[in-house]
Amino acid sequence: MNETLLEIVNLKVHFDTEDKRVTAVDDVSFTVNNGEIVGVVGESGCGKSVTSESILRLLDEKHTNYEGEIRFNGRNLLSLSPKKMREIRGNDIAMIFQDPMSSLNPVYTVGNQIQEALMLHQNLSKAEARMKAIEMLKLTGIPAPEKRIDEFPHQLSGGMRQRVMIAMALSCNPSLLIADEPTTALDVTTQSQILDLIKSLKDEFNMGTIIITHDLGIVAEICSKVVVMYLGQVIEEADVSSIFETPLHPYTQGLLKSIPHMEGNRNEKLYVIKGKVPTLNQVPPGCRFAPRCEFATEKCKVSAPILESYGERKIRCWNFKEIQESSIQVNRGETLNA
Amino acid sequence: MTRELHVKELTSIKKEMKDKHRSLMVKKFRSNKLALTGAIILTIIIISAIFFPLFISSSPYELDTVNRLQAPSPEHIFGTDNYGRDLLSRVIYGARVSLVVGFSVALLTALLGTIMGLYSAYYKRIDGLLMRISDGLMAFPAILLAIAIMASLGANTTNVIIALTIVFSPLVARTIRSASLVIKEQTYIEALKAQGASTSRIIWSNIFPNIISPLIVQATFIFADSIIVEAALSFLGAGIPAPAPSWGNLLYDGKTVIFNAWWMTLFPGLAIMLTVFGLNLFGDGLRDLLDPHSKSKK
Amino acid sequence: MLNFIIKRLFSLIPVLFIVSVVVFLLVHITPGDPASVILGPEANPEEVAELREELGLNRPILEQYFVWIGDIVRGDLGTSLFMKQPVLTAFFEHLGPTLSLAIMAQTFAIIIALPLGVLSAKFRGSFLDQTFMGLSLVGISVPSFLLGLFLILLFGVELRIFPVAGYKPLSVGFAEHIRYLILPAIALGAMQAALISRMTRSSMLDVLSSNYIKTARAKGVKELIITVKHSLRNAFIPILTIIGQTFGSLVAGAAVVETVFNIPGIGQLIINSVERRDFEVIQGSVLLIATSYVLINLIIDLLYGFVDPRLRVGKK
Repeated sequence: MNETLLEIVNLKVHFDTEDKRVTAVDDVSFTVNNGEIVGVVGESGCGKSVTSESILRLLDEKHTNYEGEIRFNGRNLLSLSPKKMREIRGNDIAMIFQDPMSSLNPVYTVGNQIQEALMLHQNLSKAEARMKAIEMLKLTGIPAPEKRIDEFPHQLSGGMRQRVMIAMALSCNPSLLIADEPTTALDVTTQSQILDLIKSLKDEFNMGTIIITHDLGIVAEICSKVVVMYLGQVIEEADVSSIFETPLHPYTQGLLKSIPHMEGNRNEKLYVIKGKVPTLNQVPPGCRFAPRCEFATEKCKVSAPILESYGERKIRCWNFKEIQESSIQVNRGETLNA
Repeated sequence: MTRELHVKELTSIKKEMKDKHRSLMVKKFRSNKLALTGAIILTIIIISAIFFPLFISSSPYELDTVNRLQAPSPEHIFGTDNYGRDLLSRVIYGARVSLVVGFSVALLTALLGTIMGLYSAYYKRIDGLLMRISDGLMAFPAILLAIAIMASLGANTTNVIIALTIVFSPLVARTIRSASLVIKEQTYIEALKAQGASTSRIIWSNIFPNIISPLIVQATFIFADSIIVEAALSFLGAGIPAPAPSWGNLLYDGKTVIFNAWWMTLFPGLAIMLTVFGLNLFGDGLRDLLDPHSKSKK
Repeated sequence: MLNFIIKRLFSLIPVLFIVSVVVFLLVHITPGDPASVILGPEANPEEVAELREELGLNRPILEQYFVWIGDIVRGDLGTSLFMKQPVLTAFFEHLGPTLSLAIMAQTFAIIIALPLGVLSAKFRGSFLDQTFMGLSLVGISVPSFLLGLFLILLFGVELRIFPVAGYKPLSVGFAEHIRYLILPAIALGAMQAALISRMTRSSMLDVLSSNYIKTARAKGVKELIITVKHSLRNAFIPILTIIGQTFGSLVAGAAVVETVFNIPGIGQLIINSVERRDFEVIQGSVLLIATSYVLINLIIDLLYGFVDPRLRVGKK
């Protein structure tokens, strides 16, 4: 049950812009197993979307260069021909995107768009595809699917559109689902419904899932493993409870600190990680997070840390052990003083 | 005392920013190949039109029937027409006519269209009336309307300008009206109203400066279109009357002898093409420069 | 849906009213007396006065207008003073050639422009794209009558492949009919083709960068299908708009092109009537053309609903 489904190995993605080459993803590695939900977390510009789009090779390949491998079913996706990639897309690996309104074609019915994948990959006839499409709509919780199937995207609500996207993605029974900010464009109630749906479908189909998000709340709710990215690199990887209980990387700690709390002192200022994310043109030498890190040492500013293993976890920081110790001491101190 | 200093500081900062903006625009213009090429072509044509007649001796009206319908030669670089007149000088003088007509129409339609557009955007009643009239006028294809107006007024240069102004003003009015409506809905206009600014002030000091960019782009294209329509009118005999040299007239003369004297069609034709092409390039370039988000015609 | 059509037809009435007023004014503001022009300079004053009375030219302008409108509503557009036949008849006699020409030109323009625009968008920035766009820029700078003249120079004088003047009606045979219309249709359609191809390119570029195209790719759909099925239909609305807008200049251009190629169509009819001061014909023809132009715009509006389901009336 815990076999490796997808393995990203030392992925680098370079973009050729007008004057220079920009490296959006710089040596990213992680794996996704069957039945696992991996959350990829980071701020905008950290490379999480580029990484996920590289899996299905949806980037503009005229101006993109890859290094490394993306292994799926014993093959390296980065070296497949366009024809073979097309056979995988929507079939073995499916992807859903952030804004369901703009991600569905406005001039075709919802049914037509779901049926397209079915007829393409599974060779179903129009009638068979239609039946299957209705089934999928039912599965994703859309009421009166026989009516809805002939409606156009603009006639549905945001939540329903995202369900349609999910129905479309899962129609051919993929083994891997990639969801790029699937609930960001939805209101809070709908958000949790969609997350529940993803969770239950993952169980039913035993899919591996990658969820890309900047929202730690979502991560806490459904992910089993978390990969934290910053400026094109993975800086921490751990199972979800470890990440929340003992975040190792100062950036992760900062992210967690920034979440406003329901209880506590209302007059307290909200925590913000100092400084801002540099652009990909201004990557700092040494550790990329050093300029903003309260624990940065001279070594951090000069020498870039590598991603090391720490038990089951991974961490990219020179001083994580010392930081860990000092924060435990502080906690002890607090309890003693109380 | 502090307040005066403060105002002086702000004024100098404002001036600095304006200068920076201006030099940025100039830099952008220089690097925008379209606008540059268009501008170069136009400059050449305009300079030829203005200064050339000072240097050549042949008059566009001088008849020389012995030498009629001669192919291009060293004495007559463009050849002669069916009355023996030097074609080169007729083409150059024709440039003057077309440029003057085109420019006048562009200017007048800009004025008329702006006033119509601005006030339509602001006053509902005027809007209803003016837009109905514009719709009515725009229901006619341009050339047909121009022919009909010229038929009423009679053929001479002034009437051509009047006719074309009537034909093209509704288009400008619509564009200005749309642009003004967008600006009008913005909150800073409401803020001005709340402060008691007069309507005139709102329209002219605040809305108008913002529609200058699309106006200039539009005017450039109308310049180009006027040259085309004027040429068509003259070609049909409903425009500038002979023997005045206008590119359209030259083409009309050329048509009658097209099988024997290709130069009479080719050279005026190329002149029209080049001028209109230059104007279109220039307009495209201006649009990229001033109004990059517009989805206007062409 | 029917309601929508009826409502739209009603909204046309004020526009048509203005059109009729404009047409009427144009003709009646003329300096010079139609009656004396008709009878010629030798006519004596009594004959002129008699003709004026007969034509109702002495009545107040407002009355003349309403008489004219009244006649129109009853289907009488007046009688040509020169051709001695009802305007309507003259118009329809001349309609055939113009219609053939316009349809050919429009078809030619669409057939050339759509693929050009789509390819330019697909291969943006390539040599193909730059060449096509350069050509289209030239295309919008050459008025149709000028292109007609150049084509005559090229094909008539130098190459002698196509006939450069005259017209053969359909009754003579389809091939002959087309053959005489090829050069005029190219001359007329070229500018349209340039405009349409530019709009197609920019509209396709917009669509190709949208999210639902990314979704289609993520489903594994083939590039060709993405271009044709997914993109083109969405890109079509602005393209349809341009086709509608430029159809008017196509019709206008037809008038001049007919003169260049000697085709006995509506254009020739109007221009000859202007020369002869045949007011009834001018009024009637211009009114009919303006009206049909307005109707065509209505049809295009209706077509929008056909292409884009978001614009359909009567959705749930």
